[in-house]
Amino acid sequence: MTYTATSTSTALEVPAAPTVGYWAGVWRRLRRDPVSLICAAILLALIFCAIFAPWLGFADPYTGSMIARLKPIGTPGHILGTDELGRDMLARLIYGGRLTLFLGITPVVAAFVIGTSLGLIAGYVGGWVNSMIMRVTDIFFAFPSVLLAIAISGALGAGVVNSLVSLTIVFIPPITRVAESVTASVRKLDYVDAARASGAGNFTIVRVQVLGNVLGPIFVYATSLTSVCMIISAGLSFLGLGVKPPEPEWGLMLNTLRTAIYINPWVAALPGMMIFITSLCLNLLSDGLRSAMNVRQ
Amino acid sequence: MSANKTITTAPSLADIGGPRQPLITAKDLTCHFPVRAGILAPKKVVRAVDGIDFTIAKGETLGVVGESGCGKSTTARLLIGLVPITGGKIIYDGQELNADLSLRDLRRGVQMVFQDSFASLNPRMTIEETIAFGPKVNGVPQAEALAIARDLLDRIGLDPARFAGRYPHELSGGQRQRVNIGRALAMRPRLLILDEAVSALDKSVEAQVLNLLEDLRRDFDLTYMFISHDLNVVRFISDRLMVMYLGEVVEVGPAEALYHKQAHPYTAALFSAMPSMDPDARTQVPPLAGDPPNPIDPPSGCRFHTRCPLAKSVCSSLKPRAITLNEGHQVACHLHDPASGYEEVAA
Repeated sequence: MTYTATSTSTALEVPAAPTVGYWAGVWRRLRRDPVSLICAAILLALIFCAIFAPWLGFADPYTGSMIARLKPIGTPGHILGTDELGRDMLARLIYGGRLTLFLGITPVVAAFVIGTSLGLIAGYVGGWVNSMIMRVTDIFFAFPSVLLAIAISGALGAGVVNSLVSLTIVFIPPITRVAESVTASVRKLDYVDAARASGAGNFTIVRVQVLGNVLGPIFVYATSLTSVCMIISAGLSFLGLGVKPPEPEWGLMLNTLRTAIYINPWVAALPGMMIFITSLCLNLLSDGLRSAMNVRQ
Repeated sequence: MSANKTITTAPSLADIGGPRQPLITAKDLTCHFPVRAGILAPKKVVRAVDGIDFTIAKGETLGVVGESGCGKSTTARLLIGLVPITGGKIIYDGQELNADLSLRDLRRGVQMVFQDSFASLNPRMTIEETIAFGPKVNGVPQAEALAIARDLLDRIGLDPARFAGRYPHELSGGQRQRVNIGRALAMRPRLLILDEAVSALDKSVEAQVLNLLEDLRRDFDLTYMFISHDLNVVRFISDRLMVMYLGEVVEVGPAEALYHKQAHPYTAALFSAMPSMDPDARTQVPPLAGDPPNPIDPPSGCRFHTRCPLAKSVCSSLKPRAITLNEGHQVACHLHDPASGYEEVAA
């Protein structure tokens, strides 16, 4: 086959007309949404603090003082007070963010990759492949996610890696289900038929025509799962199945400070507040992203 | 602007049989979709296309008309292999599909423009990427494929400098449909199937696109299969007309002749339902009562007998044969078949 285009000389020299790409449009709409912007700023600040905690001049989160136990918020030297072992709460909250965010985001990212692949295969191939993948995910849906995470973590034993694995397994089925339904609806569209009619193979069609149109909704859904994941991982730590003391982690801190709730309730509530703020920001941001990405002019 | 420009993209499949050999011959073409109401319910089939025969000559435009659900679109999708063939043969320029010709090769010769101009364009690809996709998956290097796309954009009346980098949602319906035509032409097909391709457009835009199609047919030496429910449009563009009812062909004939004199009662009903510009010729009575019967369980004999004003007892028992009335005018109706026994039976 020889292909030649005789008009290249004239057509190719013309610069492409300025046009608004998809992501530029999403960003433009997101910029007009103050709630999403504030949430994004809070999350970015949290992530920044978590990553650069050792260089930001916080107190050591591991060294406590027996005389300075459970100091209230506003104590000089300990702006957010101290915990039951006299450790600086601000430092522990910041350092706790490292593990908590890591445990909240990593399983969702892993589940996003695996679940999207499974959902794409199920949704695009259809037939008995679809039935097999989707019925297996249905089995996982029979268990409440918290219970499933506890069961898997319990079976694997306590520890950070094991809770990562169990949380990943918990989040694969919901992401697979969303990916499958989005893929199945995109697959029916005429542009996929047109691509088939041009002789493209299935792999090319999925990569070029389908993937870009399904990733957005799945990504938004996964963002909303991050807060759930953080809460469940905090729950695992609370139950002693995740992070072990003395590591700072919000769920674990909530557990150990539980006994101090009558002595110094505000300090005891701080880790819970952090979990609340972070998951609220994640949920609001994913809502904002959802509406910003919902383009159908 | 560039009428004298020539493009050489993929060489279309070479002409084999000469101008007298039909480009497409369908023989007893059948497409049944299995449906199941429940796990324990018996398997049933939707007889979407049920044994149809037709030919499309090189360079002609075959109009296909009929009610919704009569199998027009399924016939089109059969011809480019988007739905599996249950039975029968498709012969492309003398070569039988799956015997002498692979589906991949057939798709180089046959392309399709879909009705929904938005759903048939990937919203995340620029229109030049969309047009270049077909050549690219057939082995054309990226730069050349984009050059082909820009050249085609020019040919379909969209200035490449302004439009090449745009996304589908930045175009109007008519412009999007032009892009769909360009995408189909990038494969250098010989048969272009237009499945309700202009039905969703405004009347003025529709006329522009129809004129574009006329120009392209001349320039690219195309054959059209034009599916529509708008009889005026079909009359304007078609050389021959094929009327379908419930998965079967009831009448085929030259468009202009059929427009003036219809042989099949169903065709007559279709044409009498056409809105008229003459207020005195307004139709007061609906020409046909009710909905078409269910294609899962089609009526016995002539499938139209349940709604036919001229039906007699023979119509419900005997399946009509295709009768040739004049050169190229065929009809499947007992009314025109002296051997059917229609005349002898009292109504």
